[in-house]
Amino acid sequence: MNVLDVIGLNAYYGDSIILKNINLSIKQGQVVCLLGRNGVGKTTFLKSIMGLVKTPNSSIMFDGTEIAKMPTYSRALQGISYVPQGRDIFPQLSVYENLLLGLERTKNKSALNESIYELFPVLKTMLKRKGGDLSGGQQQQLAIARALVSNPKLLLLDEPTEGIQPSVIQEIARVIKKLKNKGNITMLIVEQYLEFVLGVADYFYVLDKGCIVMEGATKDNEPQQIQAKIAI
Amino acid sequence: MIGNMETYVLQIFNGISVSSILMLAALGLAIIFGLMKIINMAHGELIMIGAYVTFVTQNIFLSYVDKNLFDIYFLLALPAAFIVTAFIGYLLEITIVRHLYGRPLDSLLATWGVSLVLQQLARSIFGAPNVDVRSPQWLNGGMIIFSNLQLPYKRLFIMLLVVLCIGGVYYFLYKTTGGRRIRAVMQNRTMAQSLGINTRKVDAMTFAIGSGLAGIAGCALTLLGSIGPTLGTNYIIDTFMVVVLGGVGTIIGTVVGAGIIGLGNTIFEFFTDASLGKVLVFTVVILFLQWRPQGFFTIKSRSLDE
Repeated sequence: MNVLDVIGLNAYYGDSIILKNINLSIKQGQVVCLLGRNGVGKTTFLKSIMGLVKTPNSSIMFDGTEIAKMPTYSRALQGISYVPQGRDIFPQLSVYENLLLGLERTKNKSALNESIYELFPVLKTMLKRKGGDLSGGQQQQLAIARALVSNPKLLLLDEPTEGIQPSVIQEIARVIKKLKNKGNITMLIVEQYLEFVLGVADYFYVLDKGCIVMEGATKDNEPQQIQAKIAI
Repeated sequence: MIGNMETYVLQIFNGISVSSILMLAALGLAIIFGLMKIINMAHGELIMIGAYVTFVTQNIFLSYVDKNLFDIYFLLALPAAFIVTAFIGYLLEITIVRHLYGRPLDSLLATWGVSLVLQQLARSIFGAPNVDVRSPQWLNGGMIIFSNLQLPYKRLFIMLLVVLCIGGVYYFLYKTTGGRRIRAVMQNRTMAQSLGINTRKVDAMTFAIGSGLAGIAGCALTLLGSIGPTLGTNYIIDTFMVVVLGGVGTIIGTVVGAGIIGLGNTIFEFFTDASLGKVLVFTVVILFLQWRPQGFFTIKSRSLDE
């Protein structure tokens, strides 16, 4: 069964069209990656799913429900967690409060499951610090942790490796694989870092100038071919 | 010598008293202007509404309730002022203010218009002349410190009320789920939405709470004198000054800002006169803001965008 079915999606910033007639599906438990160069609309695609940009005449089916006309917060309540490119940690709130806000989607808004610290042990040592005082890599881990505490059906990750030191990238890759092996989460990752993607994703789409130009299972395609599509 | 000391004690007490009133008036503004970045020129009129709610509560008690129970009217007027003003704030938010987020200059003009409308409305309903609100019996008199120095209960009561309100707001904003949600929305609206927070609801609720606090301030002001449609205009400049001086977005800043302006007013007035005192206070504030434009308490963070 498909968790997400995007059918004929168009996205606009003001009057200029960014995405044209995109079709994309994600199966339950799958890790799907959206590849592409800078400025082809990858981030816009994730924002379209969250309802942060205008998507007229489009259909977004999530878990059997049409969400294309829902406001952003209702989509989140349906079971989608989003880690934006800039991490968007609340800078004046403590790490712990940032994590608690991840529970807004759930019924019990103050029962944080301790198991999140097993995925990101570094967070446990800095719960009282302000989110804005963390380094970029720590903020990224916090943002992913905040997205995971509510056990979402679908996790959207926007360039999780951008501007982050290699050891933390490995840490994030380890977490993604761990979640994937547990099999109860579906992920859509936007990325430019091909090596990282091939390590974690089952299926990929390549986006160019607002259209899907290539797709396939990661194990059936040569990395060089994919690289050729996303190289400048 | 004793006589001198009494004068000083009384001046300091008056200074703290003025500060406490400013604090109460500015606390709601600290939320609306400090957190929501809405330059709410109608804040003074929300104070005025709180005062008139107290007046109406008093009249209801005079007409319909047993005389012996009259003294408790004030205890009912406080929550009534909060609820009515909060509701009017809520209506303002869902009709006008919701279109003004991120547009400070427009918010200034629109809310100024609202303030004029509310003033005129008060004039139409209650008449232009000031009206008197009779203070409850238990607030008359004062605490006698020296033979000729007495601290009025009314002012002591306002100080207590301020402490309770500040404590309450602090607890709500920093220790409850609702407060956490408010701070999250004010810091990053888009992300808060993406986490499943209904930001429209939070905005309306936050504005209502800020307005309700203005209502409590208005209720307290009835203890100090007669009230009229322009009651709020006397406070609006001072309350903005308090929030800016203290540092936008911090509660402790509001407390310190009100403390400085209140005490400064009293001290300068004591040595000069009322209008020159005011000029001196504002001069000091302007010079201070030249040196520290962010106010006393700035929010420090690694994030560059704040």
